[in-house]
Amino acid sequence: MTLRLYLLQRVTAALMVPLIAAHLAVIIYASHSGLSAAEILGRTRGSVGWAAFYGLFVLLVSVHGAIGVRSVAADWTPLRGRALGALMWVFGLLLFLLGARAVHAVIG
Amino acid sequence: MDDVITVSIWRGRSEGRYVTYEVPRLDSQTVLDVVTYVQRQVDPTLSYRFACRVGVCGSCAMTVNGRPRWTCRTHVSKVAADNRLEIGPLANLPVVKDLATDMTEFFEKWQRAKGVFSPTATRNDTVAQIRPDAAARVAVDKAIECINCGVCYAACDSVRWNPDYLGPAALNRAWTLVNDERDANNGERLAAVAANGGCHSCHTHQSCEQHCPQAINPTASIAGLKRRTIGAFLRGEMK
Ligand code: SF4
Ligand code: SF4
Ligand code: FES
Repeated sequence: MTLRLYLLQRVTAALMVPLIAAHLAVIIYASHSGLSAAEILGRTRGSVGWAAFYGLFVLLVSVHGAIGVRSVAADWTPLRGRALGALMWVFGLLLFLLGARAVHAVIG
Repeated sequence: MDDVITVSIWRGRSEGRYVTYEVPRLDSQTVLDVVTYVQRQVDPTLSYRFACRVGVCGSCAMTVNGRPRWTCRTHVSKVAADNRLEIGPLANLPVVKDLATDMTEFFEKWQRAKGVFSPTATRNDTVAQIRPDAAARVAVDKAIECINCGVCYAACDSVRWNPDYLGPAALNRAWTLVNDERDANNGERLAAVAANGGCHSCHTHQSCEQHCPQAINPTASIAGLKRRTIGAFLRGEMK
């Protein structure tokens, strides 16, 4: 791993900590207060705040996860150099697309 | 105490096999004594390396019952409770023959990590005074005791997985120089240890620390390099 990737992975991890706590709190709140799916969607649809919160979350996860997968592949597969970079980008974009789709479904 | 040790010793290069010998058990016997007995009394073609026999030169490291160790300071009583020993060459290095490994790559990585002292002063200047309680000197108190034995290098999974990885010993050496106020080459050194295969490839397993016969903690030295390189990067001193 190079310095930039190392730093980016630490920064995204640090930023995710409060977001994960908030995400867990939301899950617990939503399930314990007996909200129906329609009621939840009623609150999230069109909300700029939730869009920003989960949009940022998805971005951080994609960057963090893609760098991690690159590290695992560097150690455990014969991939080197550009091939590792390609794997990182493809995996990161895939994560981002999946996440963006979910955010769109809840907020769009 | 039984009066015989059964010892299996690696014979050959990367292709080879373990051959079993019987060696008389003695008081205070070291693993190196056992290997020396085999070479002197049983088979003079056995190849291995040692020099000082007192834990100073770092040349006698081998794999003893699965773990890398300095053999001249490893007592048989400590590692072979049942009087059985298996002795092989150090891992993660090419084998020259039997128990002797080729350390070229190990020392080339010291060069790559800029493990060479670059003086700021000449012989005409007065000798620098380093206070023993200076923070930078205290930070490397243990790290400077390295004897280049390669035990940590053989114990490191990251070395095994990534042939480019500089490894714990070379990075530990770089850390001692980064903290040496007489050294002039820290810009290049930090760039070298931050490059691909440098300190950021360490996974903090601490195998190196676990096995180092000098009780050095290369993981801590590498963590220090991670902090220094990131500091230099954030200050714009490194591309
Ligand atoms: S802490 Fe780092 S250098 Fe030490 S054994 Fe683990 S990966 Fe290797
Ligand atoms: S750090 Fe310890 S194990 Fe590694 S080469 Fe130096 S003395 Fe040997
Ligand atoms: S022979 Fe010198 S350290 Fe073992």
